[in-house]
Amino acid sequence: MIGYILKRLGLAVLVALAVSAIAFFLLRMSGDIAIAIAGEGARQEDIELVRRTYGLDRPLLVQYAEWLWNTLRGDFGTSIYFKTAVAPLVFAKLPTTLLLGVLSLGFALLVSIPLGVLAAVYANSWIDRLALAIAVVGQALPNFFFALLLVMLFSITLRWLPVSGSKTWAHFIMPTIALGYYVAPAFMRLIRAGMIEVLSADYIRTARAKGLPTRTVIFKHALRNAVVPVVALTAVQLGFLLGGSVVIETIFALDGLGYLAYQSITYKDFPVMQVIVLLLSVLYVLLTLAADIANAWLDPRIRVA
Amino acid sequence: MAHSSDIVLEVDGLSVDIATPGGTLHAVRDISFSVKRGETLCLVGESGCGKSMTSLAIMDLLPKAAKKTARRLAFAGEDLSRAGRSRINALRGNRMSMIFQEPMTALNPAYTIGNQLVEAYRLHKRASEAEARERAVFLLGKVGIANAAERLGQYPHQLSGGLRQRVMIAMALMCGPELLIADEPTTALDVTIQAQILRLLVDLQNELGIAMVLITHDLGIVARIADRVAVMYAGQIVEEGPTASLFNAPRHPYTQGLIACIPVPGRTEPGGRLGVIPGVVPSLVGEVRGCSFRDRCGKATPACLDAPPVRETADGHRWRCILENAA
Ligand SMILES: Nc1ncnc2c1ncn2[C@@H]1O[C@H](COP(=O)(O)OP(=O)(O)OP(=O)(O)O)[C@@H](O)[C@H]1O
Ligand code: SF4
Ligand SMILES: [Mg+2]
Repeated sequence: MIGYILKRLGLAVLVALAVSAIAFFLLRMSGDIAIAIAGEGARQEDIELVRRTYGLDRPLLVQYAEWLWNTLRGDFGTSIYFKTAVAPLVFAKLPTTLLLGVLSLGFALLVSIPLGVLAAVYANSWIDRLALAIAVVGQALPNFFFALLLVMLFSITLRWLPVSGSKTWAHFIMPTIALGYYVAPAFMRLIRAGMIEVLSADYIRTARAKGLPTRTVIFKHALRNAVVPVVALTAVQLGFLLGGSVVIETIFALDGLGYLAYQSITYKDFPVMQVIVLLLSVLYVLLTLAADIANAWLDPRIRVA
Repeated sequence: MAHSSDIVLEVDGLSVDIATPGGTLHAVRDISFSVKRGETLCLVGESGCGKSMTSLAIMDLLPKAAKKTARRLAFAGEDLSRAGRSRINALRGNRMSMIFQEPMTALNPAYTIGNQLVEAYRLHKRASEAEARERAVFLLGKVGIANAAERLGQYPHQLSGGLRQRVMIAMALMCGPELLIADEPTTALDVTIQAQILRLLVDLQNELGIAMVLITHDLGIVARIADRVAVMYAGQIVEEGPTASLFNAPRHPYTQGLIACIPVPGRTEPGGRLGVIPGVVPSLVGEVRGCSFRDRCGKATPACLDAPPVRETADGHRWRCILENAA
């Protein structure tokens, strides 16, 4: 197990490296960083001066190596727009985004597990169809559109919730729902499929033959086995959530990493973008690793080999 | 003369219909039998004749697509076909239990043996975890598992098929059932373990006075341990009677064919094909008219196109054939 984890960690480092390199080259090709630093409408000589001062005239590979070296030493560079060090800027936003991610994941599971179980237990009944309808709508509606619907209903019509900001817990309600609803259908369908398969397993018949009440059969014997693949999906969905948070945080002006990413794209703030991409990819890889470990832990055939 | 209160299981006119894409499959057709305390009834017949469906119907464990009907389905005098879900749950795993045909998949892979052994006992006997574990260790010892206490912490994948089936037997016995249905408990196992497990079942049954329904393909086993035998063919019981009477004087041509197929040391040619009666079982989808064995029966006459009568001798030997004695 330890060896396995170490191997996966090594892989994680490689993935993070690759992502950072790809991001670096793509970002550099998408616009001229010298113009971004010199400012819109700067004179050509100033731009050239900036290019030379910052070493932007060197080959990209050299620049990447320099960036990587600095990053590994803990020097994440300086924001072009905010004119402050990138590291504190980015890390200050991280808790908000992680909180939103965890909340919306929790919301998604809270909705999708009961719905998925019900849909499986009453497969092909009206409950199943209703759950399917909810899932289809969830997957078909773009999340920004759903977010706007929420705002119209809860903030504008009912005036229950604040439209934007991140000061109180109430500010997190709509972003959580909007983001969570976005990933819930995938969970629901996985749980439904898993439960339907598990419910016809021989060991479920054994459990029923013991005279166990239906809830014990479903929640102890069936769900425990159906939930294993869900854990693997959780990591992938958290990745989606981190991506989705750019849109949702921007809509609700939630002061997190996603909002910062949006701002840095708008202002061509390359150093900030670069670090956000790196951070997200590291997070994503760690989450996948955590899911793999949890998966192994949940399956006694792997855990107790 | 058996007192009627000795009858543990009474099945009267049980049918099981399965909805299939091709139409209704009549898996079990109007069968009746009863089992007394301490008695072993063996249910025999070819694959697909409805043995498992019969036992699942008794335990109320039929798959969703299958529906049962019965004039009477009584456990210890209580009609199960009128009992509600909670009453059934109070009985099964407690006073009636079942050992399944598939030992490799009948245990939940996610929980330890101990966890799965204790749960019925804790539920039905309102016992503490410690009491239930003690009982589990005792029964695992009884079914011949060494280091029983350590086994409790193991998962199904850590046990061989033979051990799993022993665990299943111990599990079925946890609450001291009055009725035990064992559906081919040894088919999946190798021959030496088969013999051990059967001996074990018979010993336990004698010791505890359990009424047992044992399902098997193996007539050799039947001859050794059954008190009574019921022979199923295409969803019907075609012959039923005391073991000696059935083996010495089989009345139904199908039973005769089956018994003729039993290998007899010295008499059977080595390498000869065993247990095969030529021909195929009729489709159970849709109505089956007349004798269902007709297509394979060497003694069939045009009269067999009508449903054959049930005949009975004084010693309770019944069969379903137009012939009084086909021999
Ligand atoms: N889930 C199901 N759906 C449709 N038909 C089924 C189903 N299960 C069983 N059957 C059919 O019901 C009939 C009786 O099956 P059953 O399992 O009772 O046979 P069996 O006597 O136990 O056979 P075996 O000795 O192979 O275990 C068979 O014809 C089988 O094809
Ligand atoms: S009723 Fe006819 S076909 Fe059926 S077993 Fe008897 S003789 Fe054979
Ligand atoms: Mg069977």
